[in-house]
Amino acid sequence: MSDVATTTSVPPADPAEVDKGKDETRRVRRPVNGKFIIGATMLSLIVLFAIFGPIIAEFDPRNSNNPVLVPPDSTHWLGTTSLGYDMFSQMATGARTSLMVGIVAGLIAVTLSILFGVIAGYVGGLTDEILTLVIGVMLVIPGLPLTIVISSLVPGRSGLLVAVILGITGWAGAAVVLRSQAQSLRNRDYVSASRIAGEKPLRVIGVEILPNLLPLLTGQFLFGVIFAILGEAGLSYLGLGPTGSISWGTILNEAQAGGALTRGAWWWFVPPGIAVALVGCSLALINFAIDEVINPKLRSAPLEARRVRKAKAAARAQKRADRAAKRQEAKA
Amino acid sequence: MTDTPQSDSTQDKKSGTLEFRNVVKEYRVRGAHKTLRAVNDVSFTLEPGKTIALVGESGSGKSTIAKTILQLERPTSGEVLIDGRAVPKRGPALKRYRKDVQMVFQDPFASLNPFHTIAHHLERPLRIHKAVEPGQTVDERVIELLERVNLEPAKDIAKRRPHELSGGQRQRVAIARALAPGSRFLIADEPVSMLDVSIRLGVLNLLARLQREENLGVLYITHDLATARHFSDEIMVMYRGDVVERGPSDEVILNPQHEYTKTLLQAAPDPDRLGQMRDEVRASLTDSGT
Amino acid sequence: MSETQATKEAPADVTPEPTEAESAAVEVDAPITDAEATSHADDSAGASAERDVVVTARNVCIEYEVDPIVKAVRNVDLTIYRGEILGLAGESGCGKTTLAYGINRLLKAPALMTDGTVTFHDKDGDDIDVLALEGDDLRAFRWDKVSMVFQGAMNSLNPVIKIRKQLFDVFTTHRPGMTKVEMEGRARELLSLVGVDPDRVNSYPHELSGGMRQRVMIAMALALEPQLMIMDEPTTALDVVVQRGIIREIMRLREIFGFAVIFITHDLPMLLEISDRVAVMKEGKIVERGTSQEIYTNAQHEYTKKLLSSFPSLTGERGAFVRGGEDQ
Repeated sequence: MSDVATTTSVPPADPAEVDKGKDETRRVRRPVNGKFIIGATMLSLIVLFAIFGPIIAEFDPRNSNNPVLVPPDSTHWLGTTSLGYDMFSQMATGARTSLMVGIVAGLIAVTLSILFGVIAGYVGGLTDEILTLVIGVMLVIPGLPLTIVISSLVPGRSGLLVAVILGITGWAGAAVVLRSQAQSLRNRDYVSASRIAGEKPLRVIGVEILPNLLPLLTGQFLFGVIFAILGEAGLSYLGLGPTGSISWGTILNEAQAGGALTRGAWWWFVPPGIAVALVGCSLALINFAIDEVINPKLRSAPLEARRVRKAKAAARAQKRADRAAKRQEAKA
Repeated sequence: MTDTPQSDSTQDKKSGTLEFRNVVKEYRVRGAHKTLRAVNDVSFTLEPGKTIALVGESGSGKSTIAKTILQLERPTSGEVLIDGRAVPKRGPALKRYRKDVQMVFQDPFASLNPFHTIAHHLERPLRIHKAVEPGQTVDERVIELLERVNLEPAKDIAKRRPHELSGGQRQRVAIARALAPGSRFLIADEPVSMLDVSIRLGVLNLLARLQREENLGVLYITHDLATARHFSDEIMVMYRGDVVERGPSDEVILNPQHEYTKTLLQAAPDPDRLGQMRDEVRASLTDSGT
Repeated sequence: MSETQATKEAPADVTPEPTEAESAAVEVDAPITDAEATSHADDSAGASAERDVVVTARNVCIEYEVDPIVKAVRNVDLTIYRGEILGLAGESGCGKTTLAYGINRLLKAPALMTDGTVTFHDKDGDDIDVLALEGDDLRAFRWDKVSMVFQGAMNSLNPVIKIRKQLFDVFTTHRPGMTKVEMEGRARELLSLVGVDPDRVNSYPHELSGGMRQRVMIAMALALEPQLMIMDEPTTALDVVVQRGIIREIMRLREIFGFAVIFITHDLPMLLEISDRVAVMKEGKIVERGTSQEIYTNAQHEYTKKLLSSFPSLTGERGAFVRGGEDQ
C-alpha cells in the first residue's frame, strides 16, 4: 500500500528534471578540427612515404655506383650524394628508421611516465616519495648530454637501441604532470566509490583513473615522438646515431661531413631537414587539436566572440529599423 | 578469489548491526606539533530499518565519520564493528564488508566516472560481489536496478554516460549503485544538498522507500535540520568532533537541550519569521541611536 | 528616452509589459497582466505612488550565442526601489545570475543582451542609460553606483596581499584624491561596519575564515556607498550560523545606508524571511512576484507552490513529507 503511495509521490516524469535531462542529454558535438585535418594529412603522407617509398625507389640506398652530386633530375628524383647514393632511396629508408625510433621511444617514455607518475600519485606515502625521488633525479640530469654519454659508451648502436636510450632519458617531465593529475584524481568521489565497491588498486588505476588521463597521455606520446625524432637527428648529426642504418639524422650528418653546404648541394640537406620539420609540425598540430578537445574553452572562445559580434550587429540594425518604424508611426 | 557464494550476509539480511564504538580520529596539523581531533569519542549503532541523522556544520567531523565507516580512513582509536565483530582491514573479508556497507556521495557530478557508461557503474559492484540472482544476467539486474530508482527507459539510460544525465538522475544512479551489492547499511553523505531544490524531496522519498523495502540501516549526514527531522528516527548533533546532543528526532528539534542545537535551529531559515529580522535590526538601531 | 520618462511617472512594474514586442502600442502604465507571470498588487507596507526607484529594467532579453542559441533571460521587467531588498529566487539555470550580470553590464561572451533597457536613477536625479555606458564611465558606474558580491567572492581575495592593500586599491581606483590617512581611516571604519576587527587590515586573507572573508568582500562592496548591491548567493558556501550573522549584518547596513539589495538565491525560505519583495524566476522568465507575505501565504503560480513545498517545515507537523513511517 504505502509502496504505491510513495512511488506515486516520486513521479518519474518530474517535469523540471526531465527538461534538464533533455538539455544535458545533447551530446557535445566535436566539430572536426582544421588543425587536426592538416596535421593528420601531413603525418599520413609521411607514413605512406615511409611504407611505400623504399618499394618505389629504383636504387639501393647503399649503391654508390651513381654519378656523384647530381642535382635532382628524372633518374635521381632527389639527386645524389658525394658518395653517389641516391637521395630518394636514402630519404625513404631513413623515414622508416626515424619514425620507428620516434614511436618506440615515445611508447617507452609514456610507459615509464605512467609507471612512475601515476603510481606515485595514486599510492602516495613512502612509495610516492621514492618514485618522486627517481623522477626528480631523471629530471635534473640534462637529457642530451646523458644520451650522448650513453650512446658513446655503447659500440654498434642499432636504431632500436637509440630509441630505447631516447625513451629512458625523456619521460621524467611527463611523469611529473601525470603524478599531480593522479593525485587530484585519486581524491575524486568516483575513485572513492570504486574503492568502496571493492575494486582492487590496479583496477582502480587501470579502469577508473587511466581512461581519464587518456587525452593527456596522447599529448605526451606525441610530444615524446617529436622529442625522439629530433633527438635521433641530433645524435646522428653528432655522429652518435644508429651505426650502420640510415635515418634522416645520419643523412644530415653525412651532408655536413661531405661539405654539402660549401659545395652548394642543397638537395642533400634540405629534404631531410624539411622531413624532420614536417613530422614535428604535424604531430604538434594534432597535439593542439587534442588540447582543444580536452579544453573546450580553447576551441569555443574565438567562435563565440565572433557569434556575439554578429548578433550585436544584427541587434543594432534591428533597433535602427524599429526606431525608423516608430518615427514613421508617430508621423502618421 | 575466495568468494564462493558462502558470503552469508543474505541470510541475516534483516538483523545485525553496524556499530561505531568510541571512535577517535586525529589528524596531524602540518608544520605544527599539534593534532586536530576531528572525531572525539563518538559511538552509535546503526540498526536495520532505522535512520540516524548526523547533523552539523562543515568541519564538525561528519564526513570523517563516513570515511571511517567505509574504511577509507583508519580511526586513531576505537573501532567499527559489524554484527559485533571488528571490521576486517583487508583482503576477502574486507570485500565481504564492502558488500554490506555502501555509500551515496554528496556530489553526483563527481561520484560517477565521466569516462564510463551508467551500466558500467552498476555492473562492477554486481560482478565484484557476485550479487546476481541465479538465472539472471548482469544486464538484466542492471536494468532492474535502474527501474527501482525510477530511471526509465532503463535500457536507454544504461547506455548513457554521466554527463548526459541531470543532477537528479545521476544521484539516482548513485543510489542504485549503492544498492547493487545487496547492501544492508547505507551511508548517505548530504545526498541532496547539491541538487536543485525542487527535486530534492523526490530523491529523499526514493531513499525512504528503498530503505523500507530493503530494511536498510541508514546514516543520513546533513546540515539541514528540517529534512533530518522528517527523514530520520534519531538525530545526533555534532559540533567540532563531539556529539553534543542526541535523541529521537522530534525531541531534538522541538525541545533542544544543548546551546549549540538551539543556535543551529535559530539560524535555520524559516519563512514563518517573515520580516522579523528586519524589525529586530530596526529596533536595535533606534535603541542605539537614541 | 521617452520610455524612461514613462516609467518614472508610473513605477508600476508589478504589471509587466506584454512579452511580445508591441510595446509601442501599449503604454507601460496600462494594467495588462502578462499571461505568463502571476503578479500581486503592489500593496507592500508604506508603498505610495512616488516610491523612489533606483533601477528600472525593461524587456530584458539575454541570449547565449552558442549553437543552438540559449535564451537565458526572456523579456524580463524588473523595478528596484531605493532601500528595498528584492529577492530573486530560482533554480540552477533559470537565468537569475545572468539577469543580475546583465543589469550590471558584466556579461561576457557568449552571453549577449539582445533587447531591453536598463536605467539607473541616480540619487541626485540623473537617469543613466546603463547599456550606453562605455569605458571609464562604465567602470565608475560599476563600483560607485552598483556593487556586487557573489558566491565565490571570498575566494577572489588575493591570498598574499594584505586586506589593507586590497581595500586601498578600491579607493585609489575610484577616489584618486584620497590621502593615505583618509584611506586607512575609511578601511578600518568599513571593517568595523561589517563586524570585523579593524586591526584585521594587517591580516592576509588566508588568515581569515570563510565568513570573515565574505564580510571583507561586503566591506569592499560598501566602500563607495553604492545605491544598489547585487548579491548572488553570497552565503551559500557558508554554514548556516555564519550565514545568518552575515545576513543580519547586510540588513543592518541597509538600514543605515539605505542601499537597495538584489538578493539572489535558491533558498526560498531564507528569501521570504529577509526580503521585502520576491520574484520567482523559471526558464528565463519571472513567473511570479509580490511581497514576501503574498508569496508565502498566497502563491499563485504552480512553480512557486512547488518551490515552497520543497522545503519541509522545521517545526511544523510531520505532514505527508518523506517516510510515511507512521502509517505503515
